[in-house]
Amino acid sequence: MPPLVLFALQLLTLALLLAVLYRPLGDYMATVYSSTRHLRVEKVIYRLTGVNQDAEQTWPIYFRSVLAFSAVGILAVYGLQRLQAFLPFALGLPAVSEQLSFNTAISFVTNTNWQSYSPEATMGYSVQLLGLAVQNFLSAAVGIAVAVALVRGLARAASPTLGNFWVDLVRGSLRILLPFAAVAAIVLLAGGVIQNFAGFQDVGTLAGGTQSIPGGPVASQEAIKLLGTNGGGFFNANSAHPFENPTAWVNLVEVLLMLAIPFALPRTFGRMVGDNRQGYAILAAMGTFFVLSVSLLSALELGGRGTAPVLAGGAMEGKEQRFGELGSALFGTTSTLTSTGAVNSMHDSYTALGGGTTMLNMMLGELAPGGVGSGLYGMLVIAILAVFIAGLMVGRTPEYLGKKLGAREIKLASLYILTTPTLVLVGTALSFGIPVIRESVIGTSILNPGLHGFSEVLYAFTSAANNNGSAFAGLTANTPWFNTALGVAMLLGRLLPILFVLALAGSLAAQEKVPVTAGTLPTHRPLFVGLLCGTVVIVSALTYFPVLALGPLAEGLL
Amino acid sequence: MATTRGTLRQYGVAVRALLVLTLILGVLYPLVITGIGQLALPQQANGSLVRVDGRAVGSALIGQSFADAEGTPLPQWFQPRPSAAGSGHDAAASSGSNWGPENPDLVAAIRDRQSAIEKLDGVSVSAIPPDAVTASGSGLDPHISPEYARLQVHRVAAARSLETARVSALVESMIQERDLGYLGEPTVNVLALNAALAGMDEKN
Repeated sequence: MPPLVLFALQLLTLALLLAVLYRPLGDYMATVYSSTRHLRVEKVIYRLTGVNQDAEQTWPIYFRSVLAFSAVGILAVYGLQRLQAFLPFALGLPAVSEQLSFNTAISFVTNTNWQSYSPEATMGYSVQLLGLAVQNFLSAAVGIAVAVALVRGLARAASPTLGNFWVDLVRGSLRILLPFAAVAAIVLLAGGVIQNFAGFQDVGTLAGGTQSIPGGPVASQEAIKLLGTNGGGFFNANSAHPFENPTAWVNLVEVLLMLAIPFALPRTFGRMVGDNRQGYAILAAMGTFFVLSVSLLSALELGGRGTAPVLAGGAMEGKEQRFGELGSALFGTTSTLTSTGAVNSMHDSYTALGGGTTMLNMMLGELAPGGVGSGLYGMLVIAILAVFIAGLMVGRTPEYLGKKLGAREIKLASLYILTTPTLVLVGTALSFGIPVIRESVIGTSILNPGLHGFSEVLYAFTSAANNNGSAFAGLTANTPWFNTALGVAMLLGRLLPILFVLALAGSLAAQEKVPVTAGTLPTHRPLFVGLLCGTVVIVSALTYFPVLALGPLAEGLL
Repeated sequence: MATTRGTLRQYGVAVRALLVLTLILGVLYPLVITGIGQLALPQQANGSLVRVDGRAVGSALIGQSFADAEGTPLPQWFQPRPSAAGSGHDAAASSGSNWGPENPDLVAAIRDRQSAIEKLDGVSVSAIPPDAVTASGSGLDPHISPEYARLQVHRVAAARSLETARVSALVESMIQERDLGYLGEPTVNVLALNAALAGMDEKN
């Protein structure tokens, strides 16, 4: 059978697996966040941490809890890196520099997993396990908690509170992420992903040379790296490394892991607001973008336009033989449409328009299906805007799920959608606009000449502000400018949207529900799905069109 | 005052929550997975090492170099894909080239690789598949395409004074079809192929 038919079969397999997971996983998550019962181990944790598990929080308290937990997380990951020389299982590696520790701490706590460093030469097992892998769980649990708080805001009527952050955090970590990650880790192990503490092992090769084979607790970290849409590689080559992603079937499992929770959360949302059809509408919008994007990137990479791909006979630079162009395009699409940022092929070496597509995926706001939690709350904010726009067109007060959308709600939604583009565009502009910085950016950081070099910088800020973490990795980002600017972009790109979402949730929760009338716009019909998709394109993608024209579009069309 | 105390309390909770969760997620979880891996799947957990005469010669998953100290390909071995990991196939420094599609360095590298293969294997440039002239994402790709393996048969057989048909049959027997018949691409594992080739020599 021709490769394209086989690839279509692979996509169908993926769709089938996601469809099988949708109801049970979505319902399970709804139960986890709705249940009033606590597990015994959870009660012990609440006692140890001093949490009153049955006390609900108002939105400002919920947000301050997120803030406190993030701040403590950043300090902990920073401290672990700075003290690496004194830690056991550090492979003899020295302390990580101040700037790099700052960047990496923010990166992992914000669910971004941008890496300005090469892990096998920088991070020992202790930092990977105690710092990075722990944040892979926790940043994911925070993301889901915030999404659930917004859903509660929509579901509740006249409620001053949104739930308890600490309870949501612990439940997300222990009841959802931990069991799924453990099963996934064993599947990955069976596929060939390593799990040991052996360090580097020297072997004499067949041809008489030597090779230093790395070890490490990789499977346990790989599982949560993908399941929590984190993306930070144990190795520099990330999921292109055969010890992280050894075969084509493991590649499909890894794609499934990235998509499982984000695609099931609309079900959780539907369940919690008491109307599963609302979940299907959100799912339909997410699925539409996913199918379009994976088709586009596959066609572009298989088409192999550009000087080097044409000369070589295919766009295989930076791609692994076992995945080929199509397996790489599937992973690349998944990684940039979620907030994962893992790569199984080097996006910097994609065709110009293919690389541009991965950027566009992130610029859509990572909501198709998006990161764990962040994808759902991103899409719900757009849904609120879509209802508002529809309301303006017919001159009615807009309402979503029985909640009136007034000036306050629309202001918060607007602030949400303005945050990321501002960070991306200002960061990119400053990189080239300030002479001293431009010198360092062009002289030290950029690898590829010409338009592609501009794309590397644009990609970096797009990735950081959207908390994705993938890169046009030719960029040397371990410089004072990028470590600092990207660190700030990641932090603001995470916390400001969370602030606006929680404020929105608080304001929605406080409202009474208005009854459905003949004038209410139904938000579960295809018409609304179309409106939602249109709004996504208008508010996110079009913002970036001019800047895309300066980089990937110019390179690809010239 | 009350807010300061509330904030302090919140940070206290955060510190303790992080400590407890780190113990579960950062210590217990990886240790349990390591235990399962070492007991139930030791071959995979320890890097799928390939042994020849009891001596580990590499990993089935990690590409290695079959060139001399100067980097010149040894004609008696099947050659892997080009590598951007360290100085080439450095498993302690996985990396792609990250060269963009219009980068003149990449264009020049592809031309050089094509003419090197043209000379070494005596084939025309149009017969060389893309994987043979492009560096992989990891720099440690253990595989080549079946086309690139077939292209090298004549040269390897000649260098080892083996019958071409026997080497060719070996290559065909080493082709791994797509996973489950439809996932990924067909591959040939270079280390496995070369180990089998070395075994063939000994039987002669």
